[in-house]
Amino acid sequence: MYAFHEAGGIPVVDPSAADGVFGLLWLVIALPLAGAAVLLIGGRFTDRWGHLLGTALPIGSFAISVALFVSLLGRDDDKRQIGQHLYTWFETGHLDVGMDLLYDPLSALFLLLITGVGSLIHVYSIGYMAHDPRRRRFFGYLNLFVAAMLMLVLSENYLGLFLGWEGVGLASYLLIGFWQHKPTAAAAAKKAFVINRVGDMGLSLAIMLFFITFGSTSFTVISAGAGEASSTTVTILGLLLLLGACGKSAQFPLQAWLLDAMEGPTPVSALIHAATMVTAGVYLIVRSNFIFDLAPHAQTAVVVVAVISIFWGAWIGSSKDDIKKALAGSTMSQIGYMMLAAGLGVAGYAFAIFHLLTHGFFKANMFLGAGSVMHGMDDDVDMRHYGMVRKAMPVTYLTFGMGYLAIIGFPGFSGFWSKDKIIETALADNWLVGLCALLGAGVTGFYMTRLMLMTFFTDKRWEKGVHPHESPSVMTVPLMVLAALSVLGGVFLIGDWIVDFLAPVVGTPEHEDPPIPALAVTVLAVLVVAVGVAVAWLLVGRRDVPREAPQDVSFATRAGRNELYGNLINDTLVVNPGKHLTTALLATDKYAVDGVLTGGPVAVGALAGVARRVQNGYVRSYALSILLGAILVAAVLLAVNLR
Amino acid sequence: MSDFPWLTALIVVPLVGALVTAVVPEPRRETALPKQVALGFSLVTAVLGIVIATQFHAGDGMQLTETHTWIEAFGVHYALGVDGLGLLMILLTVGLVPVVFLASWHEADGRNPAAFFAWALALQGFALCVFAATDVFLFYVVFEATLIPAYFLIGGFGREGRGFAALKFLMYQLGGGLVLLAAVIGLYVVSADAGTPSYLLSDLQQLDMSTAWERWLFVGFMIAFIVKAPLFPLHTWLADTTEKATPGTSVLLVCILDKIGTFGMLRFCLGIFPNASQWATPVVITLALISIVYGAFLAIGQDDILRLIGLTSLSHFGFITLGIFALTSQGGSGSILYMVNHGVGTAALFLLAGYLIKRKGTSLISEITGMEKRTPVLAGLFLVAGLATLGLPGLSQFVSEILVMIAAFDYHWWVGAVAVTGIVLAAVYVLWLYQRTMTGPSVPGDEGILDLGRRELVAVVPLLAALVVFGFFPQPMLDAVNPTVDSLLQHVGVSDDPPTVPAAEEGAH
Repeated sequence: MYAFHEAGGIPVVDPSAADGVFGLLWLVIALPLAGAAVLLIGGRFTDRWGHLLGTALPIGSFAISVALFVSLLGRDDDKRQIGQHLYTWFETGHLDVGMDLLYDPLSALFLLLITGVGSLIHVYSIGYMAHDPRRRRFFGYLNLFVAAMLMLVLSENYLGLFLGWEGVGLASYLLIGFWQHKPTAAAAAKKAFVINRVGDMGLSLAIMLFFITFGSTSFTVISAGAGEASSTTVTILGLLLLLGACGKSAQFPLQAWLLDAMEGPTPVSALIHAATMVTAGVYLIVRSNFIFDLAPHAQTAVVVVAVISIFWGAWIGSSKDDIKKALAGSTMSQIGYMMLAAGLGVAGYAFAIFHLLTHGFFKANMFLGAGSVMHGMDDDVDMRHYGMVRKAMPVTYLTFGMGYLAIIGFPGFSGFWSKDKIIETALADNWLVGLCALLGAGVTGFYMTRLMLMTFFTDKRWEKGVHPHESPSVMTVPLMVLAALSVLGGVFLIGDWIVDFLAPVVGTPEHEDPPIPALAVTVLAVLVVAVGVAVAWLLVGRRDVPREAPQDVSFATRAGRNELYGNLINDTLVVNPGKHLTTALLATDKYAVDGVLTGGPVAVGALAGVARRVQNGYVRSYALSILLGAILVAAVLLAVNLR
Repeated sequence: MSDFPWLTALIVVPLVGALVTAVVPEPRRETALPKQVALGFSLVTAVLGIVIATQFHAGDGMQLTETHTWIEAFGVHYALGVDGLGLLMILLTVGLVPVVFLASWHEADGRNPAAFFAWALALQGFALCVFAATDVFLFYVVFEATLIPAYFLIGGFGREGRGFAALKFLMYQLGGGLVLLAAVIGLYVVSADAGTPSYLLSDLQQLDMSTAWERWLFVGFMIAFIVKAPLFPLHTWLADTTEKATPGTSVLLVCILDKIGTFGMLRFCLGIFPNASQWATPVVITLALISIVYGAFLAIGQDDILRLIGLTSLSHFGFITLGIFALTSQGGSGSILYMVNHGVGTAALFLLAGYLIKRKGTSLISEITGMEKRTPVLAGLFLVAGLATLGLPGLSQFVSEILVMIAAFDYHWWVGAVAVTGIVLAAVYVLWLYQRTMTGPSVPGDEGILDLGRRELVAVVPLLAALVVFGFFPQPMLDAVNPTVDSLLQHVGVSDDPPTVPAAEEGAH
């Protein structure tokens, strides 16, 4: 068995050295990193084949990830933590930070998700970006993203994690602003980075507190010592990590950047802002289980943030007419589910990761599907201009439909298993939280059905001159693969496999009898979803969809369209006061600080006048003052000496 | 070999170079010859710097020492030596000057280029002497001497209004220098009182002085260094200077000369006045924190690129000073690393901004937009330099910044919490600058603008490469400075706090 803490059953990180195939671990990161370097430094010389190289390298990483995964399965439970020390990053005093990698069941699943879904999205992008003159650069950025994301999930310490964390933030910035000639895209990119930086303050402070408390930022050291830290310290650590997670995962109150991030090309929205990067916050909390398990107050905070985010995102998703923004609202809401599960502790960690994986499949699938629709509709994103697309784009329709059934939790589809488990666990923990999770599922049914109906069913409302057509196979084949995964993703749960597999990392949940039988919860959840679907059918499917968004709508719709006034709140509370402060400080500096210390521009001006009068003889007057100074020094020294 | 006066050679070569460049005869003065001569001397100096680095053994204290009596009556010596701190400053100086030369090749054309290159070499020679001096009097003399070339570089080759900027720069520096002079004399009094007067650093470190004396002298030194570095509230010369001087001059001033301030804090304030340094930490740390936040806000509000970059340095000098006075290994090593990384990163920013301004003919952010379309390479490199400035991990500044912040947090949690706001503010001033100047649609009139030429690229690429290399492999630099910081902290009489939770017996790895 794995090593356990004295108090409680929290596993400690204690990796063994990488041998055999595990020696290739570093290569998983190095391949896409090399791709990014070649494509971005190579410049135009790589234009012709850049996208092919950029796609081949993540596929190479995927192949290695599969090989590593198979080898990991071949090992006993207690030998499934493998460490690889690459070199010492920096060391001073008793702070010693290594470029150290940790491969364990948690990172193994992430590796498969990142490189697998990542490779599919690279393939899709070959088609999607075919006519973009800067396609090579796009693949360079995507490669950079994959490398950074892999670093994030493979690092054995918080500083290496932070390296990946900021790396994905950079890639996200570059890709949101990829079409940076559009001022909206450039503004969205900066906004995403800056809001993320607010979260990064939390993660940075956590890193500092980790060092002060444990003398290290390594998971190995911290997980071993966490039990001896004071409960105040672990609670603060938990809250700081949560702040970081909120930024990266677009959770309340740092969610405002995600909707704007849809300015990026759609494959970016699929890979970064749905399947992988935005789930990094969930990873951070599950990875830090050795802190959160000891910090019940921090866990409560995670649950509160999660529940707010579930409804916040769902509300936005229900009111947006922009297909990508509706999906983005949904992403925030679904990550809320993952956060909720992570906040439930040992009982929920595995299900958080399970939902993270299935969401990675079906949301990537739907984003790419949305991209395919946009491709056919001349890049129009307004669903009020869609309708009956299913006839024109049958493959896109069918694959998107699989994603739809998965996200609403249609029995048997992947999302059904993963969301059901979260609701079940939440109900067992606290009936109110469980009820919220249940209601959220109903809202999910509503907004996804609304999106599905407005896009693929109802009457044609196409703009003039738009003739939707099916996308080329380089785009539809990845859709088919993702659709298959959306359907079959539930296999991870067979025989509670994922729970047992992750147990060496997050611990084994205690088996409690739920207050309500599991089957009853499932039936209830399906019923609630059915209600949500039915409401959408009544409100959208049975009526005509106006081509222009009606303005005489309820407050709820108006608020949802305005993203619940998140931007207004940020502007009022942070941005505008910041602007006023800047103006005030500029004036202070000019009139008070400089005024007093320089004796005012007048005094210097007068001095300048004096200097000018000496026939522009700055040199002479300066030489003179030095001479005087030297004489003064000599005199004083002599005086002191002769005393 | 080891008896060869390497440090003297290092100082003399650029000074001789300055003379030779200055006396190139009239018919050839307007040709490339004086520039080539100056570049040649700067490259020889760089090679000397590298030779010194190869002879350096981390942990052996002051090395390659040379001591000759200069004015016996006052205990003044011509004394040089190099430790980890000095070595990194020397390498920064010898590395940046050739880069500045290449980037500024045509900067002074039509305005006596020979003088520009000669003054720059003179500045380098004096700065190198500052970093190598182990006698306080010698230090003071060259400290003041650097002002002469700096003054002429600002006043002679900048933009409209440079005369005023040069004068303001000079007034501030002379003011600081005057206070330093008083303290230097005071130091002599104390030293003479204790027996034989000596300005040698090694003697002064053994000196036993009264608390009052120590504090007064500390304040004198510190004020001069705060003007130099600069810190709030003695910073207002900085933005005026960087706005009016050429970008190349700004690099020499902000990236090399200003480092004398923080260098002096480590070398002399902690070195000679350890108790007073501890006594003053609350005040100095407060000033450092104000500088971090205040400088960042001022930078956000600027409409002139060169002023903006100058003010980011106010924020960064705040970080460096914070690291020094937190008095821990991480803070000390982090701040020295920060001095190097800030030098490299800010040099890249200044030079690239200079390229941009040359192309657009204005330095006003509000008049530049959509440049990425025309000059993608310039925009890309500018972004990388900006990302280094905002402390992105993987680029060099991050390691130094996190080390300093760890030290700040160690000093007191709220000090760390204030300092950490710097990472958000830095993201705002860098990315907003990039957004306004580089992104957006290209404007009419920019059609003829070309991307970076070969000379311009050759000048800045080494800096950008260094940002990446030091971001991933900062350890060689830390290996050089860790022993220096250890012995300095020992001298001050502080040791690092152990972690609250002691590590398990097996240890980390």
